[in-house]
Amino acid sequence: MSDHNNDSENVVSLSHLDLETPEKPYLDSNELIINMGPQHPATHGVLRVILKLDGEKVLGTECVIGYLHRGVEKIAENRTYTMFNPYVDRMDYVAAVSNGLGYCEAVEKLLNVEAPARAKYIRVILTELNRIASHQLWLGTHALDIGAMTPLFYTFRDREEILKIFEKYCGARLTTHAFRIGGCQYETYAGFEKDVKNFLTFVKPKIDEYEALLTTNRIWLERTKNVGVISGADCIALGVTGPVLRASGVKWDLRKAQPYAAYSEFDFEIPTGENGDTYDRYMVRMIEMRQSLRIIEQAVNGIPEGPIMGKVPKVIKPPVGEIYHSIEAPKGELGYFIVSDGSTQPYRIRVRPPSFVNLQALDIMVRGMLVADVVAVIGTLDIVLGEVDR
Amino acid sequence: MPNFIMSYLGSTVTPGEAGNQFWALMYVLIIFAGVSVAVICMNWIERKALAHFQVRLGPMRVGPHGLLQPIADAIKLMIKEDIIPAEADQFVFWIAPMIGLLAAFTVYTVIPFGPSQAVSDMNIGILFMLGVSSLGVLGIVVAGWASNSHYPLIGALRSSAQMVSYEVAMGLAIVSAILMTSMNADGADGTLSMIGIVRAQQAQHVWFLFKFFPLGLIAFAIFAIAMVAETNRAPFDLAEAESELTAGFHTEYSGLRWSLFMLAEYAAMIAVSSIAVTLWLGGWMRPFPNFLHAPAWDFIFSLFPCLTFAGLAAIAFIGTARMPSHSFFKVQRIGLAVFSALLGFIALLLLVIAIAGRSADMSLAARFNEGIGYVYWFVLKVAVFMYLFIWYRATWPRYRFDQLMKIGWKVMLPISLGVLMLTAIVGVLVK
Repeated sequence: MSDHNNDSENVVSLSHLDLETPEKPYLDSNELIINMGPQHPATHGVLRVILKLDGEKVLGTECVIGYLHRGVEKIAENRTYTMFNPYVDRMDYVAAVSNGLGYCEAVEKLLNVEAPARAKYIRVILTELNRIASHQLWLGTHALDIGAMTPLFYTFRDREEILKIFEKYCGARLTTHAFRIGGCQYETYAGFEKDVKNFLTFVKPKIDEYEALLTTNRIWLERTKNVGVISGADCIALGVTGPVLRASGVKWDLRKAQPYAAYSEFDFEIPTGENGDTYDRYMVRMIEMRQSLRIIEQAVNGIPEGPIMGKVPKVIKPPVGEIYHSIEAPKGELGYFIVSDGSTQPYRIRVRPPSFVNLQALDIMVRGMLVADVVAVIGTLDIVLGEVDR
Repeated sequence: MPNFIMSYLGSTVTPGEAGNQFWALMYVLIIFAGVSVAVICMNWIERKALAHFQVRLGPMRVGPHGLLQPIADAIKLMIKEDIIPAEADQFVFWIAPMIGLLAAFTVYTVIPFGPSQAVSDMNIGILFMLGVSSLGVLGIVVAGWASNSHYPLIGALRSSAQMVSYEVAMGLAIVSAILMTSMNADGADGTLSMIGIVRAQQAQHVWFLFKFFPLGLIAFAIFAIAMVAETNRAPFDLAEAESELTAGFHTEYSGLRWSLFMLAEYAAMIAVSSIAVTLWLGGWMRPFPNFLHAPAWDFIFSLFPCLTFAGLAAIAFIGTARMPSHSFFKVQRIGLAVFSALLGFIALLLLVIAIAGRSADMSLAARFNEGIGYVYWFVLKVAVFMYLFIWYRATWPRYRFDQLMKIGWKVMLPISLGVLMLTAIVGVLVK
């Protein structure tokens, strides 16, 4: 472990890149420094990666972020706890429900209240639906990066069904603001359970369909096996979480490790990989989608009756103190650190976004690989720039 | 009518061979126009077919079912501002698409659409074809270099390495097909002439695809893979890998120049498909030309072009009938009905020609009918390949550069060498 730490220290530091452009024309030099992004089809938004190349081989990378910085954390200091709730949806905008869940639970913890059982079940159902939607979007764009166009359209077609359920439930498709501090604002609409059950039967064969296109595809295997390998120890050293960590063989999922919402009541498995390569991450996420379906099935069958809102005061004024609460978002550990000074507005909110932390692993994963692998690895890390930059 | 126009009409050789320069020029114009129209059609078909693979509709707005979309695209591309980057090498930047286009279109000189339906029949036809089509890479390399930008440069380098490597395997696969042309029962020599290759298949009563099973099939498979790589199409579209290199070698190109690259790419696709059809699938020959050889069969097969167009007309007509009756669709409805009527008219015309040209004498109608048959079967076989190109694109991810090279040199080259040697050995043994 000790010499391993040394390794990762060397890798993580970004000072290795000498970004001075050589004076002579680049055709005469062996090294090529090119900009990938911020406007590039494969950087999933506005990520800018500066690549140092020897021909096609990657000698080093440097990520330049901040193109989507909106100062979400600073905004929080000027909003009440309730007012800030919709803002968190805009961080990881493809998994807005998870963001809302994390924030609401963190504030609830600070207030020392608990959401009623029914609210917890609704939260689990919507969050897991959102996990599937997020993974579908990841799969489509990831496959597109590797050159397979068709999965993108299949996943978007099926993701639409999830968004329809969200729209029916809370009126919004993407930035849902589905939950409130203390529970849920809305009772489920008539036919919610039927819709969810229909979706479960609808999407199971669709996931097989995605797999039929990719899982045993020779080109897909060649493009993903042994590409972007990262060891479990490296993941831990860098703080990488989520499917990336699990694909490296570390069985760590906050839904099991520190159960929140109603997750302790459900039976599901945590898939892990062995090699920590792009293919394993792909398989882990595919299995996670199926496991999410299992959770949703149990939740929708066992959803209790009762109130959906806990005993929360009209004006939320948490006691002085600080709290860190984290949940397993589709992309990894999403944490909220909230400092309260006893007023209606948080003194400071710090978000620990999974994408931001996972993005650190890019360099270690692509060093020595080819340019084509960089886009594959950016895809497999499943980053959302809204969350990276906040 | 001047003698040089009429005298050729009774000829059974290509205008180039007959030394008739007027008809050679006419054929050049016809082929140029035909290929350009085919590229435009291919553009529409690719977008539509790809869309249907991907559970979407594709172009639907410009004309009924987007039929006029390629025309709208062409107009848009033509009136776009012509941008040459300030740092680019102006002259080379300007000439690069021309080189690609020239190489792609020159190949058509020797492609036999029928025994006399070609501009010329060179005795080194296939070599000429290989030589000229490989010039296309020059256009890409030069474009990438002249752009003076990183992504195009990488794309151009990838492309040149890829095309050079796959040409080797491709050439060896072609040689094994050429070897097969020498295995005639009557002891006739082998040939490099494109027309000669098809005639050899007819004389040997077999498509080279099935000759020395499975050797012909393997050689064909190698060619079929290499030709996808040659034309930079998925899954070998590394040169223009969108997700990696934005647009590869033509990143800096826009408007008309960009469309010239596209035209060259699609023309090259049709050209390599034509080579595959000529070498392995019997070229212009209809199915079973020897086995089902009777005037009645000739007539039945000559009805196929007419039936095809009648089928297309029927599809268009069903489309018209199924169009929503809302007044919003009125213009589209009329347009599709006219299109359907046009296709039906062509079908009728073909029927008339088929009936008029039924007799086996060498009247003009009979010769015309025969020619339509040749071109029809040739185009049909090429169309299958063009569809495959779309199918590949919809299904497969993209290979990585080193994997592509590995397949080219470590898999395709040894196999094609082995097939070549086995073909030679089997050929000697059979003889």
